[in-house]
Amino acid sequence: MHYYETKDLKKFGEIGDFRKELADKFFEYYNTVTGEDGALTKREKALIALAVAHAKQCPYCIDAYTTACLETGANPDQMTEAVHVAAAMEAGITLVHGVQMHNALKRNGI
Amino acid sequence: MRELNVLNNQVQPDVSVHYDFNRNLENRKLDPKPVLIETLQVNIAKLCNQACHHCHVDASPKRTEEMDQRTVDRCLEILTENERIINLDITGGAPELHPHFDYFVLEAKKLNKHVMVRHNLTVTFDGHPHTGESKRYLPEFFAENKVEVISSLPYYQEFFTDKQRGKGVFNKSVESIRLLNNQGYGQENTGLELNLVYNPVGTYLPPPQENLEKDYKRELKDKFDLVFNKLFTITNMPIHRFREFLLRSGTYEEYMEKLINAFNPAAAEGVMCRSLISVGYDGRIYDCDFNQMLDMQIQNGKPLTVFDFDHDELLSRRILFDSHCFGCTAGNGSSCGGTTAV
Repeated sequence: MHYYETKDLKKFGEIGDFRKELADKFFEYYNTVTGEDGALTKREKALIALAVAHAKQCPYCIDAYTTACLETGANPDQMTEAVHVAAAMEAGITLVHGVQMHNALKRNGI
Repeated sequence: MRELNVLNNQVQPDVSVHYDFNRNLENRKLDPKPVLIETLQVNIAKLCNQACHHCHVDASPKRTEEMDQRTVDRCLEILTENERIINLDITGGAPELHPHFDYFVLEAKKLNKHVMVRHNLTVTFDGHPHTGESKRYLPEFFAENKVEVISSLPYYQEFFTDKQRGKGVFNKSVESIRLLNNQGYGQENTGLELNLVYNPVGTYLPPPQENLEKDYKRELKDKFDLVFNKLFTITNMPIHRFREFLLRSGTYEEYMEKLINAFNPAAAEGVMCRSLISVGYDGRIYDCDFNQMLDMQIQNGKPLTVFDFDHDELLSRRILFDSHCFGCTAGNGSSCGGTTAV
């Protein structure tokens, strides 16, 4: 028994057990954004979602979007690059805060 | 088609009670009946130079079953007697390894039938796994007889293709397609049709056929200077080797659930069993190649063979469905000619 169980994803709809109208609005929005070709293709959206899933470390989303990427024709090279984009962004976001550190150093007369 | 919503579609009741395909059709008031018989699909041999992970025929170099001359001739007789059957679709195994393969093609062409061969590409280089007989003549033979060549290429990259079909298969397939291109296959205005087949390596549904075809054409042209006509996307059927893989990996129920959730009535209307008859190596007849592999023989008081073939009676038969049929009705549908829901 783990905190995150794969089978628990099936229970996502239970969020609508209370205040169902809010869940309905979310799912409609979610499916419109991710489930249709628009200015971005479904494949491009799935690759973005896969990258976000890794950055946010959501095991449900990693499972779901690994499959979604394959079912929209993406391949492991493209998926791995998407994860590297997420990792590079995370690294860059950490490092760019070095500017704030430098600002603080200067305020300390260094 | 019904959209596959990545997260929301997971919210479904227990589907184990819905594995019954017939009940599913009844509930939806669908009743797919035979509409015509335009294709005779003949599985002439289970022998193959490959042993692919997904193969629903369980074909391999170890298999020995093959159609005898009398049954081949009866198939030709059926084609002669029935003008409405316009296509002969020869499959296996690797059908080219059958001793009467060339004869079968040549005789069918004399009858002005459109002949399709399910050609695995590598047999051209591998030859006969037992006798060593060369099959290098195949590209020229296909071209001379204007055979439509239909070949599996699980992806336009080496990784997926070799994972499914064995190490070295991708590079060999590329060179085999080159030989076919050199004969005019896939080129404009030659009338020589080369169609490729995609099926997923694992437990997911095929991407949209049209989009993937564009990717295949771009990548094969840019990287290998290869051309082909159409891409057919096919769903993995939960039978035989693939079913065993699903059971071993504990994903059988998950896969069935995926197929059932993606059930598409339009795909059910277009299932291939409505327009073809499948013939086994021993002459028994079936609604499709998958039913053949599951021994679901067409019955009319008794199990039927090619020697009982009666076109009009077969048109009035009930098609035999079972849980594997969810594979043909998921998403955009799946058949030997690709998607079925337009």
